[in-house]
This record gives sequence, C-alpha cells and structure tokens, in this order.
Amino acid sequence: MIALVDYGAGNLASVCKALAVAGTEARIARDPGELADASGVIVPGVGHFQATAAIDDAWREGIVDRLGNGRPLFGICLGMQWLFEGSAEAPDQPGLGVLAGICTRLAGADESGVPLKVPHVGWNLITRCRQSRLLEGVPDTAYVYFTHSYAAPVTPETVAATVYGETFASAVERGQVWGVQFHPEKSGEAGLQILRNFVGFAESG
Amino acid sequence: MLAKRIIACLDVRDRSVVKGVRFQSLERAGDPAELARRYNVEGIDEIVILDVTATVESRRAIAATVSAVAREIFIPLAVGGGIRSLDDAAAVIEAGADKVSINTAAIERPALIGEIAARYGSQAVVVAIDAKRQGGRFAVHVRSGRDAAGREAEEWAREAAERGAGEILLTSMDRDGTRAGFDCELTSAVARAVPIPVIASGGAGSFDDFVEVFTSGAADAALAASVFHYAESDVNALKQHLRARGIPVRI
Repeated sequence: MIALVDYGAGNLASVCKALAVAGTEARIARDPGELADASGVIVPGVGHFQATAAIDDAWREGIVDRLGNGRPLFGICLGMQWLFEGSAEAPDQPGLGVLAGICTRLAGADESGVPLKVPHVGWNLITRCRQSRLLEGVPDTAYVYFTHSYAAPVTPETVAATVYGETFASAVERGQVWGVQFHPEKSGEAGLQILRNFVGFAESG
Repeated sequence: MLAKRIIACLDVRDRSVVKGVRFQSLERAGDPAELARRYNVEGIDEIVILDVTATVESRRAIAATVSAVAREIFIPLAVGGGIRSLDDAAAVIEAGADKVSINTAAIERPALIGEIAARYGSQAVVVAIDAKRQGGRFAVHVRSGRDAAGREAEEWAREAAERGAGEILLTSMDRDGTRAGFDCELTSAVARAVPIPVIASGGAGSFDDFVEVFTSGAADAALAASVFHYAESDVNALKQHLRARGIPVRI
C-alpha cells in the first residue's frame, strides 16, 4: 500500500481521492513507523518551505529506508521542492538532497521585463525534456495545474519543464525518485495518468 | 504560457443549482454534481460552488454537495457563501474543496484571511469582493450586496492580498446577471492593484465579453454562471474563440 506522509502541510484528502481513481487505496502515515511496509511513499505539501522542518530525522530515516528497499518515492509540489538540497524560501532548512540544486523564487517577469504575478497560479504547459516512465501516456506537452512561488532549477534530472517568465523544472526523476511541481490530483486527465504511472511503480517489483 | 482560466460558478440552494442573478431572483437549473461533470468534460478550468442560502441549516447541506461534486472532478474546486470562521472553512475543505471563498466575514474580521492561510496555505484562500460604481468609485458591498462596507475595491483587495489571500474573486454588482459584458474598468483597476490573480465575475454574455475582460480587463480568470447552465454556451467553443484571438487557454 502506498503511504502518504502527513507532516501537517497540505490537503492529503484530494491526493487520496485521486489515487483511488488511479486504482489504489493509499494510507495516510502520521508517523514514520507507518512507512515500514509501504509499497511506495508520497510526500505532498503546500505552503512555505519551512513547513518541511516537520519531516524530521525519523521521517527521513523511514523514507530513505523505503528507497533503500527499492520502493519508489514521489514528491508533489512542496514535496518535490523538498527532494532538492533546499529552498531560498527557508535557507536554514535542508531538503532531502537526493536531487542537486536549490529552489528559488520565481522572478515574476518575462524576457522583456513585463511583470508576471507571483505566485504562479493556474494551468500552464509542461513540456517533456526526456523520456520518463512517470509521463507515459501523457502528451509531450500538457496543461497541468500549478500554485507556487518557488521553483526548482532545470538540471539533468528534469524530465519536463515549464515556462513562466523563466524556465523551471516541472517534473523530475532520479532512479526511483520522482517529483512534480504541479498538483496531479488537480490536473484533470494528465494528472490522473501520472498518478496511475506512480501506482504502477509501487505495484511492480 | 500560463492560460487564462474559465471558471463555472454553481449557485446552490437546497442542493440544487439556481440561476445566477445572485442579487435578485432565483430559478432552478440542475443538480450540482451533474453540471460539474458536464463542465469538466467540456473543458472548464475550475468550479466554484456558492452557497446562496447561507443560513446555519445550510452548512451541512453544502458539505454534502461539495463532496458529491469533488467526487466527479479532478480540477480545482472553490466553495463560498456564508463562510464566517476557520471552522466553516475547515468543514468545506474536509468535504473536498481546494479553496474557500470568503466575503463579508473577511471585511468584518480581516484576520480571518491570515488564519485560514496559516492552516491551509494562501492558495486555499479566495477573497470575494462585490463592488458597485458609486460616485466615480468602486464601492465594496457585503451581505450579498445589501450593505455598503465603506471600502473601495482596490484598497480592500490590496489589504486582502497583504493579509495572505491567494486570489481575488471580483464581482461587478452593476453587471451581474445582465449579460452586458464584464466591468473591465473595475477589473483592471483591481488587477493592477494586487500581485495575486484576479478572477472577474458579473456580466458574461458573449464570447467577446471574455476576450475583453482578459485584455482591457487584465483579468487572470473569468467566472460565469447562468450563461453556461442552460447549455447556451459551450466552454470548448468559447476557448476556441479565445485562442483564435491570441489569448492563451487550456485546450
């Protein structure tokens, strides 16, 4: 069973509901002990990066242990940012660090300097950069729903990118670790397909 | 490119959608979950449920409607109407809403904005503002438009943003239900005053009304009710019309 980490930052109910439609029942884990036999782990979250301080050493140990057992990990929105080394939003709060780079605030202006609103809210396009099992069945460009002010840099682990003034990583993959900046549970059919793909990773092996 | 959003508003009374001339008469238009499902298939970007009755008794009824709608759609869902406290907000979010819309309660006790944002995040808080032109100004009204609040739309919107609102839902009382077009002066005045998205509401009639509100109105999203409920307007046809005029939309 897939475990959703409840560290107090975000609406897990809508992720659970979407996972149910994607074909699986998920368990909301309120403490690290509940990760013990999880087939996969999802770290959700919305809000300020500082909130990830609640993913303490015990949680990290549990999450890393599952990864060590070949179980897939999926970070959503704040959860994806947490996979990186950290975020300029809370410089003293380290992320998990499985992905290199620091998240930074969206500049809020396009190439010609025309101001853009921050947070980035609404439907924007993700464009596939390279093959990824997470995006199987999703068109090369697809609209998904974003709501965030900070974003992850484009690195070799980026599998899809989005343009909002600047280009940032909207989906990432490294081994058994995946992440999306947008909300797959709020992104219609494209989002449900991504969740189905993750469910598939958790069910295999 | 970030798309302009088309949002359908379901005014709900006694579990049924009613026609959206919100400040005047009401007629039945259908089952909320069924309408939500249809709009979702047609390509709507978000749904707003507005509890029109907003009495103490209707609190439980709206949670049931929210759950029924949330089961059908996997796009953002906002709920408003009579939300006066953190507990009211929690009830609809737990029922399945992604965002709550607060109006009268926010002006009467602006700290409520920050309280809901602290628990659920700013992205979950929409501050709804009803404004009417009065003596060259955009005067904010509360209690379903009945009472003047003594505030101007731009400055109240600015305060709401500073206190943690994620979006502004701005309704022109003059245009609401008229289908005579959005009030683009009101919309652009507020859109330029705040760093957060502004959803325009009130007056949607023709497809070109939407073109106008996204250009001269500077709106980030547009909301419509009665124009969609009676299947006179198709969301996909509207989006094709917008795209043909260079407005980015999710198709």
